[in-house]
Amino acid sequence: MENNTAIPVLSIQNVGKAYGENWVLSDVSMNIMPGEIHAICGENGAGKSTLMNILFGMPVIMQTGGYTGKIFIEGKECSITSPEQAIAKGIGMVHQEFMLIPGFTAGENIKLNREPLRDNPVSRVLGQRMKTVDFAQISRDSQATLDRLGVTLEEGRMVDSLPVGYMQFVEIAREIDKKNIKLLILDEPTAVLTESESEIVLRIVKRLSKMGIAVLLITHRIGDIMEVADMVTILRDGKNVRTVAVADTTAGEIAQMMVGRDLDLSAIEKRTETLSEEVVLSVRNFKVDMPGEAVKGVDLQVRKGEILGIGGLAGQGKIGIANGLMGLFPATGEAVVFGKALKLNSPKSSINAGLAFVSEDRRRMGFAPDLSIAENIAAPAMLNYNQFFNNLLFFKQIDEKTVRENAKKYIDEFQIKCTGPDQAVGTLSGGNQQKVCVASALMLTPKILLVSEPTRGIDVGAKNMVLKTIARINREQGVTVIFTSSELAELRQICDRIAIISDGTVSDILPADASSEAIGLAMSGNRR
Amino acid sequence: METIKRGVRKFGMPRIIIIAFIIVILIGALLEGQDMAALISDSLVRVGQNMLLAVAMLPCILVGAGLNMGLAIGIVCGLLAGLLSVQFELVSWAGFLAACAMALLFGSIAGVLYGRLMNMVKGSEMLIGNYLGSAVVYLMCMFWFAAPFTNSTIIWPMGGTGVRTTVPVSDYYEKILNNFLAFQIGKVTVPTGLFLFVGAVCAVVYLFTRSRTGTVLRVAGNNQAFAGMIGVNVNRARIIGIALSTMLAAMGIVVYAQSYGFYQTYEGPLTMAFTPMAAILLGGATMRSVKIRHAVIGSFLIQILLTTALPVCNQLFPESNLSEVFRIIISNGIILYALSQAGGEGR
Repeated sequence: MENNTAIPVLSIQNVGKAYGENWVLSDVSMNIMPGEIHAICGENGAGKSTLMNILFGMPVIMQTGGYTGKIFIEGKECSITSPEQAIAKGIGMVHQEFMLIPGFTAGENIKLNREPLRDNPVSRVLGQRMKTVDFAQISRDSQATLDRLGVTLEEGRMVDSLPVGYMQFVEIAREIDKKNIKLLILDEPTAVLTESESEIVLRIVKRLSKMGIAVLLITHRIGDIMEVADMVTILRDGKNVRTVAVADTTAGEIAQMMVGRDLDLSAIEKRTETLSEEVVLSVRNFKVDMPGEAVKGVDLQVRKGEILGIGGLAGQGKIGIANGLMGLFPATGEAVVFGKALKLNSPKSSINAGLAFVSEDRRRMGFAPDLSIAENIAAPAMLNYNQFFNNLLFFKQIDEKTVRENAKKYIDEFQIKCTGPDQAVGTLSGGNQQKVCVASALMLTPKILLVSEPTRGIDVGAKNMVLKTIARINREQGVTVIFTSSELAELRQICDRIAIISDGTVSDILPADASSEAIGLAMSGNRR
Repeated sequence: METIKRGVRKFGMPRIIIIAFIIVILIGALLEGQDMAALISDSLVRVGQNMLLAVAMLPCILVGAGLNMGLAIGIVCGLLAGLLSVQFELVSWAGFLAACAMALLFGSIAGVLYGRLMNMVKGSEMLIGNYLGSAVVYLMCMFWFAAPFTNSTIIWPMGGTGVRTTVPVSDYYEKILNNFLAFQIGKVTVPTGLFLFVGAVCAVVYLFTRSRTGTVLRVAGNNQAFAGMIGVNVNRARIIGIALSTMLAAMGIVVYAQSYGFYQTYEGPLTMAFTPMAAILLGGATMRSVKIRHAVIGSFLIQILLTTALPVCNQLFPESNLSEVFRIIISNGIILYALSQAGGEGR
């Protein structure tokens, strides 16, 4: 923070945003000084992207009723209603998805829509619009900008021939090539990069800060924050948990603040009897090639009748384990279920081995949206165990009465809010859809139930219902549960042991009552 | 009032409009002094004659591959089967049933290949199916041109090789279904056999959709990822659906020909797919939900409309030949409307 002047380049005060009745961001305030690197971190759904959309004037904010609170740029209050305005005020943004034109050179992309122009005979007669693009000038300017960033990249290279990391550099170069840039917003700049590319991006960020440009770094990689940021703001459930100088905190503390949510689950009964030591599922050197959640060699033993929690920060691979066991993403390694080797990469064999899965990707994997509640709940049992059929001549016919009776039972038990068993699942609310997903997994009468992020994006009532159901099935029917979640409070409440995944491997296995510090430390990648 | 509103919503606006339109046309026909009994008899025949082609759309939509734009593939299989039955001089029921059996056989083979191709182009089935259908029709044009048929009914009257553009079945099994157990109510003829046969096929398809395999197809068609997770072989399910669709189309054209009196070869199958598509969409099917009643209701509505509207229009504009133009405008208009609105019967 060399250019420490008294006026912050950006100051936001009590900013909030609601979609309908749902407040995704409330009462967030922070100041960013010139040249400061300010990190914003939080789990998925914490409100990071909403905040960013507000700052950059994205149309989605205006179309849904705007935001509350005040934004000051260099001390002057202003409302940003479009990206053009944001750019005019000196805010640059590098999006997570690259916004580059593949068939253009790096230089042309950097100068896109701001091309230097030259007069020619026609333009002298017909005016501005007929001017020639000065390609030589584009080359000189854009190369200078790239050099300023300190990356070795020729501006003449076609963008589509560049490695991903270099595309990121071009994006950053395009933003800082704008003359009045004061604040650069980087959205997850290192999420898709290799380690060495990430290092270069972080180096560039530091360099920008030395030039006096403030950087707003949105990330959930704590390592990046510790390395470059001056200040860090932790968001959780749309609220500003804390803004603190990075020097005054630790990786463990940040992780803990990101996930430490309070949830009242006192209704879940504690386990009374002691668990057997028998191992029902074990994996060795288990690797799953799931984009964004790669598992890079996990060894894990699951004991009979326990609820094993799998926790960790987003992108570290915790989600990949259950998906790999279910055969939904390419997996390698060794998995043994009830003493028999599990045939990997085949959902059918996983079901036959006694596994059932409630996916974290409810919208895509959870249910058939246009089929009825009754049919969704019954489908897994129908297709795997031939249940719910009558024999009629040479056709097995669906026994609709039993299918509906069965659905009614679950609708009552789980309090699914619906017009009846014939309602299409796609028209239910998220929480009720989740209840249908749980019911349909239970219809497989699994011996081992894999549940991933069962409470993501659902209301509190549905959350409690889902968690209680999982606990009850575990206690009453002795179903072993592998429970993957980003929410620490949830893991602590329901699990017997919690395995923390970091960088695709198990960094630690802790008892549910381990201290938050210990769990935070494991999440940030410290191994015992 | 509320119940009427709900009833209207459940039945769907497009169907109400078309029914109103049909009523207007029938009143027009009465005023013009058209032969009403003949109009109604014709309508009944046309409904039965075209229904299986509309039913053929169902399995394809069921597995999530959309409308079977490549219906012509099934139709040429049926044509080949029909011509073979004529070539072998199989007459009456033997000829018709042999044609149906061969149509199902050829249809299943072509359908499996078609289904495999569709699995390579997931998401653009309708686009690719359309081009593939055209390609197959023109490829078969070359076949018809060179095919070694010898029956004089099939080859050109002047002899040599090559199939005629229309092969009559009048000496073989023309109207064998239509005339079976046919009876008259007043001057209206009811083609009982045709309705029995088509009804039986619809019943089998209905039972199929409620069978285990039908459930597999429906789940796979509605959400592939979910189906995969609960252990369904999605690609296999899609091949079954598309093959069934092709088989039904193949048999459908045999039923069509026995009633119509001709097999139309060469470019005949090209435009055959559009009316059945319009029928099932008009009946209330959407790309996400389809039932056998959609095909049945839709066939009734569109065929009655097309059959009754033409004589009335021709009377109003005597100098014009509106029939084909009218059919194409109505069919494509309905397809366009249904695919852009995507609103089927109310839930």
